Amino acid sequence: MAIEDDVTVVGGGLAGLTTALSAARAGAQVRLLSHKDSTLRSASGLVDVLGYRPESAAEATAPIVDPFEAISDLPESHPYSKVGESGVRDALALFDEVVGDAYQGSHTDRNALLATHGGEVKPTARYPASAAAGLTSDTREALLVGFETVVDFDAPLVASHLESSGVPFDVRGATVRFPGDFRADAKLTRLADALDSDERVEVREETGSAGYAESLPARQALAEVVKPHLDGAERVGFPALLGQHDPAEVRASLESELGAAVFEVPMGPPSLPGMRLEGKLLGACREAGVRMTTGNPVVGYETAGGTDDDGDRIAAVRVERNGAAIPFHAEQFVLATGGLVGKGIDSNRSGVREPIFDCYVPHPDDRYDWFAAEAFGEHPFARFGVETDDDMRVLDAGGESDFSNLRAAGAVLGGFDFAATKSGAGVSLATGRAAGLAAAREVSE
Amino acid sequence: MSEIEDSNDENTVREEEAVENDEFEPVQVFPESEEMDLRPGSDDCYKCSTCDTNCPVAQVDDEFPGPKFQGPEQWRLKRKEDHDIDDSVMSCSNCMRCDDACPSDVPLSQMHNTARGEYVESQMEKLSQEYIRNRILANYRTMAELGSKVPRLTNFVMGLGVTKLFNEKVLGITSEREFPDFAEETFREWWSDRGGPKVRSEDKRVAYFHGCYSNYNTPKVGKAMVRVFESFGYEVVVPKQRCSGTPMFANGMLEDAKRAAGINVENFSGLIEEGYDVIASCTSCSMSLRQEYPELFSFDGTASVAAHTYEALEYLRLHEDLEAALEAGEVEAGNFAYHAPCHARNQGLAGQPVELFESLDGATAEDVGPSCSGISGTYGWKEEKYDASMQIGAEMFDHMEEAEGEVGMTECPTCAMQMEHGTGYEIRHPLEVLEAALVE
Repeated sequence: MAIEDDVTVVGGGLAGLTTALSAARAGAQVRLLSHKDSTLRSASGLVDVLGYRPESAAEATAPIVDPFEAISDLPESHPYSKVGESGVRDALALFDEVVGDAYQGSHTDRNALLATHGGEVKPTARYPASAAAGLTSDTREALLVGFETVVDFDAPLVASHLESSGVPFDVRGATVRFPGDFRADAKLTRLADALDSDERVEVREETGSAGYAESLPARQALAEVVKPHLDGAERVGFPALLGQHDPAEVRASLESELGAAVFEVPMGPPSLPGMRLEGKLLGACREAGVRMTTGNPVVGYETAGGTDDDGDRIAAVRVERNGAAIPFHAEQFVLATGGLVGKGIDSNRSGVREPIFDCYVPHPDDRYDWFAAEAFGEHPFARFGVETDDDMRVLDAGGESDFSNLRAAGAVLGGFDFAATKSGAGVSLATGRAAGLAAAREVSE
Repeated sequence: MSEIEDSNDENTVREEEAVENDEFEPVQVFPESEEMDLRPGSDDCYKCSTCDTNCPVAQVDDEFPGPKFQGPEQWRLKRKEDHDIDDSVMSCSNCMRCDDACPSDVPLSQMHNTARGEYVESQMEKLSQEYIRNRILANYRTMAELGSKVPRLTNFVMGLGVTKLFNEKVLGITSEREFPDFAEETFREWWSDRGGPKVRSEDKRVAYFHGCYSNYNTPKVGKAMVRVFESFGYEVVVPKQRCSGTPMFANGMLEDAKRAAGINVENFSGLIEEGYDVIASCTSCSMSLRQEYPELFSFDGTASVAAHTYEALEYLRLHEDLEAALEAGEVEAGNFAYHAPCHARNQGLAGQPVELFESLDGATAEDVGPSCSGISGTYGWKEEKYDASMQIGAEMFDHMEEAEGEVGMTECPTCAMQMEHGTGYEIRHPLEVLEAALVE
């Protein structure tokens, strides 16, 4: 009489996809409900496990060398304490298997150091293969190439940021025009498509009054634009737009044209590395039989109703669709809706809440205690989120499970500042896997 | 959206609480607006450009500035009286994929619809070929009603080379496509010959919004819908109706759409009060009644029609044990290459046949991927848009050829045209398979 599955996961980001995949591979019939397309499109594509210790996050002192070693030192409140080091390792093994050779970093426990598009150096556990030649621990001389119309990446500025942070290599930045007659506001994906298909683009000789135009394959044309700036650099970094579907081949072509290693610098949204990662995870979910329903928000839930015994079990979540409420039934539910930014946690002048199940979110009564005075201080709001037991079951204010069949994973969890500690992706993977497996285990019992 | 959201607007709640708790008095910065005010939606845009990467038109048409421009940016520009609406808004195909991409819930398609309406109303030359052609395409129902009075003659004439040449040269309608045949008996003619409903019920009642296409072109879909619902004990009624408005929105003919919507809302909202839910077999029709009506119009009953409209399969899944019924059924249908229409995707309905046929012996539906078919209703019929339409569709054609099945499946009539046009496959509607499985 209804749409019914074993496990329903609410949220389509990294945590939700990992939950759904883990539960489905464990044999459950899983449905993933997502309000919009996956938020991975806004993700850099870097997968952090733990970059900084929480106590030193505000000062941003030395990054952690071995994140796995540091997990046991984390405070009890950090979600990693629910899954332990082995839970994090198992989740990364799952990730490595899904992404295959599109990612690197699994050869060592140590964090890699990568340049961001703001010119910072960031510790991370896994990185797209397309970014591999850009490691800042590498001593080869680097040229960064930006494009006039891709304003989120100012290559000379990024280069000077990196230099001043003391990277062990010479780095220069150059801004060039992307070859071809693309509009000034051409979509990143349009430029990536041009490189994917290596379509012929018009290249104009800009010097000289006569001027002539010739048409070249896009990859070759791009290499020609970069060559005058190369000046002996052994590697060349571009904003992450080197192909949407076939980045390895685009990179290989550019490398052979330039005679230098080529890498991408991960960018903000819309992020091609994020989209590629979304593609990998969606493909794995589809293969595992996960059903996906996207387009409308989950706004509430139904309990089995009537008897008091069933009051603590969720029977269905309700999806809002233009004034109608569509129920999706399941035996087990996992909340993976994200944190304050992802709208999984909401606040107003009177308090902080989790909007779907009204789960308990610990927070100070006085809202002036929600934040620190300094912009980059240790803000309590960054740690707002729901609490769970060791089986990822959501807890109420008294430390009892809220609903016996509701778990949570990812940024909706409280007790950690994912941005300051650089542990967001790792938490999503590890708690998503744990919640998915636990939900599937209960279904099979 | 505006109406429904306004009624439980969070801001209203916040203001009330705030006054109570903190003696905070919010200041009304902007004057009360009499016309539709999309400013809050526009302000929700933080320029992440994810919508632009999801736009099938921007992907193939380098002249098209994309949904972020057409939506929030154009909305701001056109607030000033010295700025015309950019004519590129006519290149938006109204697939609404930008709505699904937006992480911030910006009502992009609503902005596009209003901008396009304003452009056509105040800037488009009413004697131009483009206006006349668009008006004809948008009012397909009027054309179809005439044509279907003499279906064989119409089919013959529409198939003539000279007709196609005239359409292309004089009207700007592409000669590359074959006009869909008109059925010799419309759905409504069948319905009235049959004497209306065969099942009467007090508590299981649905009002069928068949739309133009299953009335004039594919009555077998409408008949399948009626027979399947009657087999589950539903009383089906078929009220008088106009075009849902989908082609009119896409062509900026908002006055035409408003007239049609007014009649539809009036005819269906009365039935809702008598306990009927509205069922559509075309996902663009249900999209229109559910989302575009409340976003653009405010007739009495608009919100009620939006909240009570369902797609046929969705409704059965919610109210019947459809999976059990299918498990008991059996068909000899084979494998279908299924394409989820963009408008189904936006309603959260993509892939229903794929899920449902898992429990049916003798039929499987294989999803051919998330790409847009490219025809977007009337868009792919326009002579100047035909090539872009086929470029967008190329990915779907490839995936259809790779799929095991040699028969296509979709809920949207124009996606079906495009699928057939690009692959030569025969295309079926999921209700036809349900009819074969569930109705003797």
